[in-house]
Order: sequence, then C-alpha cells, then structure tokens
Amino acid sequence: MKKDFSIVGKSVPRNDGKAKATGTATYTDDIKLPGMLHGKILRSPFPHARILNIDTSRAASLPGVKCVITGEDTPKIKYGNWRLFPDTQDEYPLAIDKVRFIGDEVAAVAAVDADTAEEALELIKVDYEELPGIFDIDSAIKEGAPVLHDYCPGNISVNRKIHYGDIEKAFAESDYVREDVFNVHAVSPAYLEPCAAVAQCDLDGRITLWTSTQVPYIVQCLLASTMGMRENDVRVIKPFVGGGFGGKMELRTWEFCAAFIAKKTGRPVKFTMTREEEFLAGRRRHAMKLYSKVGFKKDGTLTGKDLRIYLDGGGYNAMGPTATFLCGTFGAMLYRYPNYRFWGQHVYTNKPPASAMRGFGAPQSLFATESQMNIAAEELGIDPIELRIKNAQVTGDEIPDVATISSCGFIEALQKAAEMSGWKEKRYSPKPGQGIGIGCYSFISGGVFNWFNTQFPFSAAEVRVFDDGTAHLLTMAADIGQGCDTVLKQILAEELGLKMEDIRITSADTSTTPQADLGAWGSRLTMMNGNAVLDAAKKIKAQLFGAVSARQNLNVIHELGCKDGMVFPKSRPDRGIPFGEAVAMAQKANRGEPLVERGYYTPRDKGLVTPAFSFGAQISEVEVDKDTGVVRVKKFWTAHDCGTVINQMAVEGQLEGSIQMGLGYALSEQFVMEDGKTLNTNFLDYKMPNAMDVPPSEVAHIETYEPEGPMGAKEAGEGLAIPTAPAIADAVHHATGYRCKDLPITPEKILAGKKD
Amino acid sequence: MKKLINLTINDKEYEVAVEPNQTLTDVIRYDIGLTGTKKGCETGDCGSCTVIMDGKPVNSCLVLAMQAAGRNITTIEGLETEDGLDPVQEAFVEKGAVQCGFCTSGMILSAKTLLDRNPNPNEAEIRSAISGNLCRCTGYQKIVEAVESVNK
Repeated sequence: MKKDFSIVGKSVPRNDGKAKATGTATYTDDIKLPGMLHGKILRSPFPHARILNIDTSRAASLPGVKCVITGEDTPKIKYGNWRLFPDTQDEYPLAIDKVRFIGDEVAAVAAVDADTAEEALELIKVDYEELPGIFDIDSAIKEGAPVLHDYCPGNISVNRKIHYGDIEKAFAESDYVREDVFNVHAVSPAYLEPCAAVAQCDLDGRITLWTSTQVPYIVQCLLASTMGMRENDVRVIKPFVGGGFGGKMELRTWEFCAAFIAKKTGRPVKFTMTREEEFLAGRRRHAMKLYSKVGFKKDGTLTGKDLRIYLDGGGYNAMGPTATFLCGTFGAMLYRYPNYRFWGQHVYTNKPPASAMRGFGAPQSLFATESQMNIAAEELGIDPIELRIKNAQVTGDEIPDVATISSCGFIEALQKAAEMSGWKEKRYSPKPGQGIGIGCYSFISGGVFNWFNTQFPFSAAEVRVFDDGTAHLLTMAADIGQGCDTVLKQILAEELGLKMEDIRITSADTSTTPQADLGAWGSRLTMMNGNAVLDAAKKIKAQLFGAVSARQNLNVIHELGCKDGMVFPKSRPDRGIPFGEAVAMAQKANRGEPLVERGYYTPRDKGLVTPAFSFGAQISEVEVDKDTGVVRVKKFWTAHDCGTVINQMAVEGQLEGSIQMGLGYALSEQFVMEDGKTLNTNFLDYKMPNAMDVPPSEVAHIETYEPEGPMGAKEAGEGLAIPTAPAIADAVHHATGYRCKDLPITPEKILAGKKD
Repeated sequence: MKKLINLTINDKEYEVAVEPNQTLTDVIRYDIGLTGTKKGCETGDCGSCTVIMDGKPVNSCLVLAMQAAGRNITTIEGLETEDGLDPVQEAFVEKGAVQCGFCTSGMILSAKTLLDRNPNPNEAEIRSAISGNLCRCTGYQKIVEAVESVNK
C-alpha cells in the first residue's frame, strides 16, 4: 500500500544543518556555567587488582581542588541497562574493592580548572594488590581461571539459547555439511565528539545534567538510582551530540561524578573525556569467537545451522546481554533455516567493556553467516547470489522465537545488486588481482524486549497546534547526528499537511518532553518514535475534522484530509479552510483549550525481537597488490530495503557512513592490545578510513511497504554497517584465493594465505 | 605565568592573557568563547579544531596561542556575512554533508581554503584536501559532492 507523499521521501535538508555549519550548535563541552568546576577521573593502571587503600588527602589539599571522591564516598549502588535482571547490573560508578580493566574508574577530582584537576590525580595514592588477569575467551572459561566477579565463578555472565527443529537429524540428512570457526575483533565507535557531561544542582537539591548521550531517559533513571534520588528529581538534557554509534547508550561514570560532585559542592561541574581515554577505556564492539556449522542439500537448499558464539565482554556486562541475544537472532536471519540451534555465552575478561555498537551483534554474526554462504556456494558449485536467492527469507516467513517478517525485499535487493555491479561478468571473467564479492544483511527496527523494565511507552510524542498554522512537536527521541529530529518533523508535516518550517521541535529533555523514549539504539527511532508522532497527529486531525465537519455541515460520508496547509473534504478540495483557522474552530468549540495531543508506541504481539526487519545486499570490488597484499576497494554497490524511504538524502548518508565504518572494520581498524592494555590510543594509530580511503558507491532503494512502520518505513541506520566486511572478504578471496575467517583482513594475512 | 597577546580572529581584535602552554584551540573555545571550533583529539589527528591561519588550514590544537599572536585567523563563525551563509556552508547544508556536525566546522574550513586557491577542484583534489579531517558519520561522499557543487 503506497501513498503519494508531499514531504516524505524527499531529500529534505537537516533541521539543524545551519546551526552545525555555522558553529553555533552547542555540544556539551561548549557549555560554560558560572562557577563551574572541571573534573578528571583517576583510572586503574592494572587490568585486575584489589584496591587495598586510597589516600586522597594530598590531592584534596592541592590549592584549587574543591572535591575528591572515591567509591567509598558514594551510595555504592550498582547499575546496568538490564534492569529487568538485576543480576546483570554489575558496575559501580566508581570502583569498590576491585578494578577489572586498565582504565577502570577509581576516583574523581573537581577543581577550578582542568589542569589543577589533572595535577591532583597524580597526588591520589592507591594501594593495589595485583591479581592475575585474563585477556581472551579461552583462558577466561578454562577451569580454575581467575574470577572477575564473585557472583560469577565461571566468568560466563549471560547464556542465551535458541533451538527449533531437529538439528542433528538435519545434518544427518544433508548432502553437504560445513563447519568453520570465525574470530572477529573489537573496534571503537570512534564518534568524533568525546563524551562529556555538565551537572548543576538547584537549591532544592535537584539535578540537571547536560550530557553527550543517546539515551536521556536511561541516564535519568540510572543516575537517580545510583545517587539514591527520585527519578523525577533528575533532569537530563541532551545538547547536540557528535555521534554515538552505540558507545553512548548507558549511564557512565563521569555523568554520575558530575552530578554527585555538583550536589556535594553546590557548584556546576563539567567532565570531558580525552580521545586517549576514549580509546583506552571506552566502550567497543564485541570481539567474538563463532563456531558455525551449516548443512545443505545437493541443490543448495539449506537444512539447518548450529551456531555457538562466545562474546568477549571485557570487565563488565554493559550492553553485552543484548549483543548475546541478538547475535543468535541474527544467526537465524536472511535465510530459511528449517532447523536452528544457537548457544551464546557472554564472557568476562580483564579488558575494557564491550557494549553496543552499530549493528549490535549482527556484524559479527552475519560475518560468519555470509562468509560461510560464500564458502558453501563455491564448494557446491552454485553462484553465491543464486544460492542466496534459493534460500532467501520472504515476506510472511516466521522464525520461531524470533519474529514474523512483515515485509521483505531481500530477493529483489540481491537481483538489483547483481545487475548494478555487473556481477556475472566480473565474477566469472575477473581481471588479475581484482575480485568482486558479496555480503548481505538484515536488521531490526528497534527492540521489543523490555530489558530496561520501563513502565512507560517505548516512544511518545506530543503535538501542539496553533491558530497561526504552526505546530510544536515534543519528543524525548535523541538526535545524535542520525537525523531523527528532521525525519520526525517530516512525518508530522506530511500527516498534518504542513511545511517543515511550520514545525518547531523540542527534543530529548526528560523534564519537558513526554515520557518516555528508550533512546537512539537498535535503529528504532523512525519506526517507534515515528509511530508515536503519527499517533499524536492522527488524534489532532480527529479533533480538527470534528470541528470543520460541524462548521461546514458536511454530509457524514465525507472524508477529510490535511494538505498544503489546508483542511478539506477529500471529495471537495475546493471547500477547504486554512489549517490555523481549523485549529481556532476546534479550540473555540472546546472552551478555548489548547489543541494538544499525545501519541505513543509500544510494540505488542510482535515476538521478542522487533516489529520489522530491513534487508539488503552489497557487492564490493577490490584490487589486491600481489606484492604487498594491500587491498584497495574500488567500488560498492548496495541495494537495500528500508520500507518507505522517509528522507532520501538521510538514508544515503546512513549508507555512506556505514560503508566508512564497515571498511574500517574489514581492513584497518583494530585495538592493539598487550596484557589488557590498549596500545593505540590515538587516531594516528587507530586507523579509521579518511576521505581518500573511502571509494565511491552506488545505491538502489528497494521500496517495500512495512505495515507496522510509520508510512511504511523501517530501519536504515544500522543494518547497512553489516554487509561491508563480508563483501570485502569475499572479494579478497576472489582476487587472491585467501579466505579470511579472522578479521581484520590485513596484508600480512593475505600474503600468507593467498593462492597464486 | 600568563602573558597578554593580541589575536585577530574573524577580523576582530582580541586581547587575551594566556599561559605559555595554552593551545590556540583552548583559547578560542574557552577564553574567547567561539565554540564552533571543536576538540576531537588534541593530537592533530582528527581535524575537528581546524581554523584558517594566514590563508592555510591548521590544526589549532597543535598551535600555541602565543604562536598565533599577530596572525590572521578565521574560525567557522567568521564565514557567515550579512548576505548570508558562505557558499561552502550553504552547500554542506543543502547536500546532506552534515550529520552529527562535530567535524563540520573543520571540514568546511579545509574545503574553503581549497576552493579559495582552486575554485574547481576535481574529486581527488577534494579528497586530498579534506583527508586531514576525519568524519565518522557521512563516509565523506556527500561532503565531496557538496564541495564539488560550490562553484558549479
């Protein structure tokens, strides 16, 4: 069911483009309050140690230092995003008794300036008793391994199993069974804006926190609980945020410390992380070890999959439980597996905690799926695209325990990508040193499972309309650069028949925008907040239509509509009245009450994972230098299904940004670690692709209509980060004969593994 | 020991007292209050703090404020005139070259210096000119397209 849209589907420039292009957009570190103190955090130099004693006296007496705190000064309340299962909440804002990774937060100082705070850190004396550390999955799960958390003697903090069909029987009846082990590495979200927080305490003791976050609501709740305060006494405001990609979706130590010290000293406090801290101790994508076994019939029909995944979680759970669930969910996506078994285990190691990062378990899981499909295609003698089409999921497919696929353009995407790239010719008549490869993806449009245990709707929106023909949209949704403010305005403008400039938006302030919104993660905002906006807009329209209908004495059979700033009977568009006049009429009919409506969205009866899945296929062409093993990606072709495209330019931006991230994941980005210490803590050594590294790309939108999505839309922000690494790995194999099963694909590995 | 210096920023004179170790980035951001200049790494790797100094784009985090005394500095706030946005700013907004915005100031200033000396650069020249400015959101494609469109 497609509709003609006026604003939806267009390349509408961002709401905040001008503010950002003129430097007037205010980010957290740009905020300066009178009397503001500057905070710094003392971090553990050891990967695993017991804290015997902390002496802060010398630091506290340094002139200019106003406050020094350690874990002992705090209420000692653990936190974590998985409130539904309190056992998973394993982190204190500042370490109590023990540190579990290099960079773990031990103490905080606030002083009149940042230099003084930094100097004071050196005066804090911590006595540690070093403990043996564990730095990889195999050592962590070995019998007798050192234990990170007392409650978790085997170091496995989360177990997740999915099982349907009879996997053993499926393999027994298969003509071809393939088993591989894949290792994928940790990478950094590497958002350009380092984390920062500014807190202020009012005379009643209430806290206002400005913070660089993707999840204002989660920060509000967890800050309140760790401070021992009431949720409503904490106000979280998200200023402009310089990217997050999953790395800013939890309460973090500096947010707590800023608030705690502000309350203690009565002065505003700012903490801003350095890039070195971000790389040394910041959240990262999970490294995983994946054992995958798949079976096929001779003709290429899939019979089943057995997937075992260990996630390298680092010192704390962070968003690891979700990643553990999702890597199993994604293992069952893209293709029809009549039999499927998954067992995922989240493992503690003495490294910086892994957490959410764009794709949330899928880039890892689908790297294995997609690489194995390419291996199987080769061994079965079937074209990889043909093999995929044969097994591809389609609209209406059900995945037990996971979801029902309500829209799916996967087969069309595969066909389109093949056509755009000239697949047949390049794959079967390759030039020397060149290769072409494929990778595919599916992703969720937000999560259904209520791990945060909120009592509120997952998304909410308030719409106010005025007699001057304008509207005001209020939402807690967090625009962190992905552009949801613009997309939500487009949805509202479309539904009310207004122009973009008629709509004012207030977003992501927990005390003034409607409760609640779970935040910017899991590619959820277009779907979930979009639906909430639509719900509110429909309620506004119902009120307007009642008033207009009564005033015009319309026959009951007339349907009304809103377009081009007018409200009119659809069969008699000439009899319309201006939107603002309709608002005035509705108000006058209702004792002058302002016309305000709230809309909500919480998925129900949509399984445990998501209301809707995106799909897509990506093909990459590479050239590999035969002497040096250096890979140059020449071009990408992507065909993707995100349902209705709400903003063409924004969707393309998501794709092109995903390619940069996927390219880094495949070829250049990695943490160089030694005994738990991250050695490459700057952008010079953490090799994120620059403008000269990223090749051009072509895109085709395969438009489907997602019945659950607002105006037919589903996700476009994260799924696209998935296919790039497997597509490059396949192209490198095509060019060199080297099949990468452990990312990243480095020249050394290619030279060692290539077949001439 | 602080020392008084004069800085010329966006054609305005500022008299500021600075420490010898203070970077130009910090003085611009925290003393003068022009926070459009961003701090992404403080080691000269990301380009978020790019300003134009005597016609050349520089990482202001690698310049001591004292070294900048007497030099002509343009920050992102200096581009807009009474007639409106600079064409480079306009192109960034219209072409979708802005996402989170944190690299945007530096990116625009690097692009502007390129266009000032080479009004019709090709794609390779554009990519080279902005290769010192990292972006994590856009994949650079729309940025390149925006710069290409400026003098078209």
